[in-house]
Amino acid sequence: MQFARVACLRLLTTLITLIGVAVIVFIVVRVVPGNPIAMMLPPGATDADIERLKALYGLDKSIPQQFLIWFANVLHGDFGTSITTRQPVLGLVLGRLPATLELSIMALVMAVLLGGTLAVLGTRLRRTRAEAGIDIANGIGMSVPDFLWGLLLIVLFGVLWPVFQISGRVTPRLELPFTSQFYLFESILRLRFDLTRDLIGHMFMPALALALPLAAIIAQLLKQSLKETVNLDYAVLARTKGYPETSVILAEALPNAVLPTLTLIGVQFTFLIGGTVIVERLFSYEGLGNMAIDAVINRDLPLIQGIVILFALLFTLVNLAVDMTYAFLNPRLRHA
Amino acid sequence: MLDGRGAVKRRAGARLWLSGLWLALVVLAAVFAPLVSPQDPLAQDLMLGRLPPFWMPDHEPGFWLGTDSLGRDVLTRMIYGARVALVVALSAGVATCLIGTALGLVAGFYRGWADRIIGRLVDIWMAFPPVLFAILLIAVLGTGLSSVVIAIVVIDWTRFCRVVRAETLNQSQMDYVHSARVAGFTRLRTLVAEILPNVLPVIVALLTLEMGIAVIVEAILSFVNLSVSTDAPTWGGMIAEGRTSIYQAWWVLAFPLAALFLTVLSFAQFGEGLRDRFDPVLR
Repeated sequence: MQFARVACLRLLTTLITLIGVAVIVFIVVRVVPGNPIAMMLPPGATDADIERLKALYGLDKSIPQQFLIWFANVLHGDFGTSITTRQPVLGLVLGRLPATLELSIMALVMAVLLGGTLAVLGTRLRRTRAEAGIDIANGIGMSVPDFLWGLLLIVLFGVLWPVFQISGRVTPRLELPFTSQFYLFESILRLRFDLTRDLIGHMFMPALALALPLAAIIAQLLKQSLKETVNLDYAVLARTKGYPETSVILAEALPNAVLPTLTLIGVQFTFLIGGTVIVERLFSYEGLGNMAIDAVINRDLPLIQGIVILFALLFTLVNLAVDMTYAFLNPRLRHA
Repeated sequence: MLDGRGAVKRRAGARLWLSGLWLALVVLAAVFAPLVSPQDPLAQDLMLGRLPPFWMPDHEPGFWLGTDSLGRDVLTRMIYGARVALVVALSAGVATCLIGTALGLVAGFYRGWADRIIGRLVDIWMAFPPVLFAILLIAVLGTGLSSVVIAIVVIDWTRFCRVVRAETLNQSQMDYVHSARVAGFTRLRTLVAEILPNVLPVIVALLTLEMGIAVIVEAILSFVNLSVSTDAPTWGGMIAEGRTSIYQAWWVLAFPLAALFLTVLSFAQFGEGLRDRFDPVLR
């Protein structure tokens, strides 16, 4: 029952983390200068109007009281009303979440494919100049963050050799038959591959910008694990049986070398999701991150709170899932 | 075995020199900006707007890398932008390093409740998307260079804290630490005189990495218009301006981007190179 104990403990720390996040967001947002009420009032509003609005948004109570009311509402799924759009925050945020999720997952898939290919290639060509080249590429990929990759891709494939879209999520004049916000997913389900192509044409570059640093990290770690595995007995045996080197790597070494990389991918995925904030801005991609930056610029407190909490929830859930999977796969914990 | 080490050392050497060279160039440009700049960084002249760089037709002598839409010289603004980048890199890098390292040493060496509290804080911090956190902090603190530095320190201390804690924990279990305790060293002296020097190579590598990250964060904040004033020359601000006119004048974006790219890459590679050089195992 070791696993159940670890799981409970981990769940508890996740809860504490989330409450901590809520407290910090609340405190930070409360000290934002600039009176949000003043921005909402029409010219010529009376003091009574101001008081009424303050009461409406609960701003007339003490700070701890405000926190408790807000936190209780959040637990009920009520994140308040956006000050700029006057719509419920939860609806706004959930409306944008699918765009960000699709982008993150596409980036993750690209990173795994690219990183995995480089790792296998590097192992196949070990101790040659090609491997040294891959090492240098990995070093550069890792040291340069998604923001700069995004800008570089814009200059290269958006302007100098324009093959991809550099702004938006979908061509605006297209008619979209979608009922959900998961455009890419739905376009595939509806077999509207013309729309799928348009969507991918828009997502490709932001996703690649997000994927490159992670791909480099995956390539480096996986190559290292593979090189440790290719000289173990079973790989040598497969080789003496006459299997070609590439199948030895793919069929024998890879399954035994992949676990550390999987753990790493789980941890790094949260960094990738965090990167969407600025990359979405860069590519004018209508996701959560782009909305967040607008919310900060407009000082839309309830919206900022909602977005940050949602991101934090996403991060902690990904981490929780990774830890649980790891604990479950770890035989020492499973069978103890 | 020996061959392998030789190859690693050679590559580390080239890496150290190349990145060091670029960083030295950036430092020199920043220090002597008024002497080496061909133009005034703030001078606008709409008649000279969107001039192309020197190898393209219609360029104007004296404006080597072209001008932006307001007619400001791109090269000059890049050179002045190096000042902002370096000030942020140094102040934010060092401050982040000091705070994060101190907390990491305490958590890793003393363990107990200090470790638990610091660990919990790190967990909470890791649940925030860093860029959003930075933008939010700037909204609270107001724009300006000192706000940018504070925001970077508040967000990134966890990077040092996590690594230094793990490394300190490792070192604490080594024989030399037990010997120091047996020899009558106080805990504080053991930490400062025995453990810290052994954690130092990791800290140095992280510090240069952090300087690169600080430059990026400043650029990101300038990009969303939340760093220093929009008129002041910064690489991020130039990139933001270049992004809006990218089809008419790609050079306004491309040159500061190249400078940013090389600087960030150099900071990271310089740190790695230093660590390899000072790593006792490789040496």
